[in-house]
Amino acid sequence: MDSRARALALVAGFLVLGLVPVVAALTQQPFYLDLFRRIMIFAIAAVSLDLILGFGGMVSFGHAAYLGIGAYAVAIPAFYGIHNGLVQWTLALALSGLAALVIGAVSLRTSGVSFIMITLAFAQMLYYLGISINAWGADDGMRLARRSQFGPVVDLANPYVFYYVVFGLLVLLLWLGHRLVNARFGVVIRAARSNEPRMQAIGFATFRYKLAAFALSGAVCGLAGALLTNQTEYLTPSFMHWTRSGDIMVMVILGGMGTLFGPVLGAVAFLLLEDFLSAWTVHWQVVLGPLLVLVVLFARRGLYGLLPGGARHG
Amino acid sequence: MAEPLLAVRGLRKRFGGLVATDGVDLEVAEGETLAIIGPNGAGKTTLIGQLSGDLRPDAGSIRFAGADVTALPAAARSHRGLARSFQITSIFRDFSALDNVALAVQAHAGHSFRFWRPARAEAALREPAAAILEQVGLGPRADVVAGTLAHGEQRQLEIAMALATRPRLLLLDEPVAGMGLDESQRMVQLLRALRGRHTLVLVEHDMDVVFALADRISVLVYGRVIATGAPEAIRLNAEVRRAYLGEAVPA
Repeated sequence: MDSRARALALVAGFLVLGLVPVVAALTQQPFYLDLFRRIMIFAIAAVSLDLILGFGGMVSFGHAAYLGIGAYAVAIPAFYGIHNGLVQWTLALALSGLAALVIGAVSLRTSGVSFIMITLAFAQMLYYLGISINAWGADDGMRLARRSQFGPVVDLANPYVFYYVVFGLLVLLLWLGHRLVNARFGVVIRAARSNEPRMQAIGFATFRYKLAAFALSGAVCGLAGALLTNQTEYLTPSFMHWTRSGDIMVMVILGGMGTLFGPVLGAVAFLLLEDFLSAWTVHWQVVLGPLLVLVVLFARRGLYGLLPGGARHG
Repeated sequence: MAEPLLAVRGLRKRFGGLVATDGVDLEVAEGETLAIIGPNGAGKTTLIGQLSGDLRPDAGSIRFAGADVTALPAAARSHRGLARSFQITSIFRDFSALDNVALAVQAHAGHSFRFWRPARAEAALREPAAAILEQVGLGPRADVVAGTLAHGEQRQLEIAMALATRPRLLLLDEPVAGMGLDESQRMVQLLRALRGRHTLVLVEHDMDVVFALADRISVLVYGRVIATGAPEAIRLNAEVRRAYLGEAVPA
């Protein structure tokens, strides 16, 4: 009964997300289109982080780095006149995945607090690199002259088309993620979080699986970065600032670690709160903080755990 | 004489000022059951850790199945046929009993870079796992979440996971630790059934268990093997009695 109710709640949620453009068009409030597109982009980033944080137990505190790399992978080609979206987005996936592979290969030799600090340090290095390269805008960043080009049919300049592209990518990611966490690979990642010495004793060389998950997560977050520059039509190194890594992590924890839909809920809650409360005060995090404490203390699987049956199922 | 399945030479391990393993030599022939006994702090678990690859020795060598495995990590040794159970129960608590064993089967069924097919639907993993659960007597408990199994059942599950890796040698670190009499007897029955079919190296405190199972016994004191021999010889060895068995010698 619970699992049916939960499935219904999720389907309803996605129907709402799918209908946002219709409502925005009818009420002539394009602002909501913009807001919910942004929410879904951060949802993609949060899902990518949860793959390693929630499922794999790897607390990466530098995920904004991949968001930034993905953003640069769009903005730099665009700066030199290359607007082909296929090129830009492939670059975003590949470069952020590669960066995650290198960063992961170093960081995953540690664990616990050291791991958190090393991933943070790498992200800050990239951030300072970003603000120091004058050719690419240094700390001012760069304006994106045109959104990524995918031919006349998929025209991201049309806000509705762009919205459904992001929506489609989010749904695709959740579907692929669902396959992955239940396939052999996902089982290895989850079991390694639960008991790594045991995994090695029964014959798993866990490092390579964790590294692969880390790289995959970085690549997906890079795609979110590519979407984010298209969203803002602007690139700034602050995409890579450590507070941004913190935001994404808060979305995951708020929504529910180790679940696929939790980070989506977390992104919705976090950004809606930010939107409503920052109209009231710039210190809107005064409200977010206590809320986060309550969720961590009382909802074992975050907001997702509050859904019917959510606490028991991944 | 054929080369022993496991041959340990001059093994040494120190933790700061403490010498936990002090020049251990051991040989285990294929098919035999060797029990390692010794007082608390004798370095038994440290020795098992070095044999399984969880700990690196400072000196000495470990040959297993004809090859030097001293430098191999635990996962690689598992693929050579070494399996261990842990003194403190080490299972995947959130997974079902069947999931636990299927995972051990999966570790030895090709690589796991498979992203699509649900692992729970793979008969090639589930069926051997179910058969092994039957073998250790956990068949009816297959779908129970491992963390909620009784202590004795969790120890049986440990053995099942080790068996699922199709080992040539099983390292058992205190398999009856913390068990009641009933559970302990069931475990001895299980291990007796494994004897002969598998080579066993058993670390155990419970002398009844040791004398019921061992072909040979090695006595470890302060990181050194002070005696090795048949159970009767060990029982009568004066040095062993003084160092360890004391008044606890079974009649």
